Amino acid sequence: MQIEQQGVVVTGASRGLGRALAEALAARGAKVALVARQLGPLEDVVAGIRNRGGIAHAIAADLADKDAIHRIAGQAHGLIGEIGIAIHNASTLGPVPLRVLLDTECEELAEVLETNLVGPFRLTKVLAGAMALRGAGTILHVSSDAAIEPYPTWGAYGISKAAQDQLSRILAAELASTGVRILAVDPGEMDTVMHAAAMPDADRRTLQRPADVAAKILQMIEDEVRAPTGARLAAPAW
Amino acid sequence: MQGALAVEPSVAPDRSLELATAEVSRHAVRLIAIDPTSDRVALRAFAELPSLLRAGDLVVVNDAATLPGSLRGTTSDGELIELRLSGPVEGNRLEGVLLGAGDWHTRTEHRPAPPDVRPGAELRLGEIRARVVAATGRRVSVETAGGDALWQALYASGTPVQYAHRDQPLPLHSVQTSYAARPWAAEMPSAGRPLTWRVILGLRRAGIEVATLTHAAGLSSTGDAGLDCAMPWPERYELPVRTAAAIERARHDGGRVIAIGTTVVRALEASGGAAGPGVATLRLSPGYRPELVDGLVSGLHVPGESHFDLLRAFASHARLARALALAEAHGLSSHELGDACMILPR
Repeated sequence: MQIEQQGVVVTGASRGLGRALAEALAARGAKVALVARQLGPLEDVVAGIRNRGGIAHAIAADLADKDAIHRIAGQAHGLIGEIGIAIHNASTLGPVPLRVLLDTECEELAEVLETNLVGPFRLTKVLAGAMALRGAGTILHVSSDAAIEPYPTWGAYGISKAAQDQLSRILAAELASTGVRILAVDPGEMDTVMHAAAMPDADRRTLQRPADVAAKILQMIEDEVRAPTGARLAAPAW
Repeated sequence: MQGALAVEPSVAPDRSLELATAEVSRHAVRLIAIDPTSDRVALRAFAELPSLLRAGDLVVVNDAATLPGSLRGTTSDGELIELRLSGPVEGNRLEGVLLGAGDWHTRTEHRPAPPDVRPGAELRLGEIRARVVAATGRRVSVETAGGDALWQALYASGTPVQYAHRDQPLPLHSVQTSYAARPWAAEMPSAGRPLTWRVILGLRRAGIEVATLTHAAGLSSTGDAGLDCAMPWPERYELPVRTAAAIERARHDGGRVIAIGTTVVRALEASGGAAGPGVATLRLSPGYRPELVDGLVSGLHVPGESHFDLLRAFASHARLARALALAEAHGLSSHELGDACMILPR
């Protein structure tokens, strides 16, 4: 899928991989709507993209808030027109330091599912329909190897990502004939605020830079042969 | 759910009809199928639509999302107002109609008139600060700071335009179709509400293409008789190249073009099938004969409602009245969240 001129929504876009993706997409001529909870940091990223000649817009919203979903879609469509690509990048680890499941409060698990699973599901529901009638679109879920490996203490997060992987596969099956491509991408370990919160003792020199991972994800978006609908891809192996 | 029920109801065409107004789940909408060339009427589930059409037919929908177009606020003198957007946001500009104090609970025609505003007047509309740049009676055009902040404030402050027949507030999600894209509609293109993905994918499997256009459906009423009698006002639309090609294909191959809603009829007839942006000025009326559109799916409207006269471009008063009598007998609902009818020659 072509990136130039494409309308893109990126969630969790004020830092880390989301920010790197928004910046890389805008540098390639996409029109990007950046979503994050805090307007301040988001506006800094948007200003940076605009200073480099890119098209970017800020939408302050919490993906876990049901009422925010149609606001996000409405603002994004109003600001950048038709949406061709949606990247579900925002996610939460839940309480840190990470806890074993039996110490995870029920409400904490529910909150993680709300942000990492139900929020992206709701946003896809309001963005994918128009893509399917147009016959083109890419919806990309940022996953994790915690969706597959049962890492102790990564329960809430791992459960949400495993469910999101299955959401991705089922959507791909249901929309197979429509031209909408659904992908899940495990970015691998990156040097981000989130990684530091989960694993404060990690050797940062061994971690990937978000910009390098973003560049690979852009290749996946463009390469419909190596990244067909329903695929779950790992950035380190790309 | 009722199966096919072919009847020839005998009803005096001028008997007054009254339909229920209860909200119907979009998964449970019923459809009165009307053949305008005979007296045949059938009651179906809307979900049976794929089996009511033929392979090669083309279904055209309006993919405009519904704006949160009701903005309550004050003038610089502190007088209460409501601005109802009548069309899409144009850059930093909002166009709409001012109403006086109150909200949708009061019928628009009973609302107090808005204060007289002149160009230059400052308005506060929820979180939006606006300056009037043009005013003709209650119709105003206002300028705002624009940009990301305008859109954030519009979606934070605005609610969908609604009317007194419903006493609960309409959440923004309840007035969107399952394929809504750009927010151009002042009111929901509601004929598309029962087009769930089950139905759309079913149409595709049956060889019936579903294509989009975007039409800036405007307000249906302002409460000002002078303004209302000239409705609908000219409305923007955009017909994509792929839809123009689908229309040509359908017509070439003997397929029928079925419009989901009167806004689609307006846009298609105005376009003549040519791709691109345009402004629809056409007013459907009992005497109008569509050139491009063969059939129409719509909500249910009884004689006396202005929308009923739009349906008369597709079927006679008598045949519509017979169909509505069937709808009444089976408890079907009217209004934007109700049941549906389809007028299509066999």
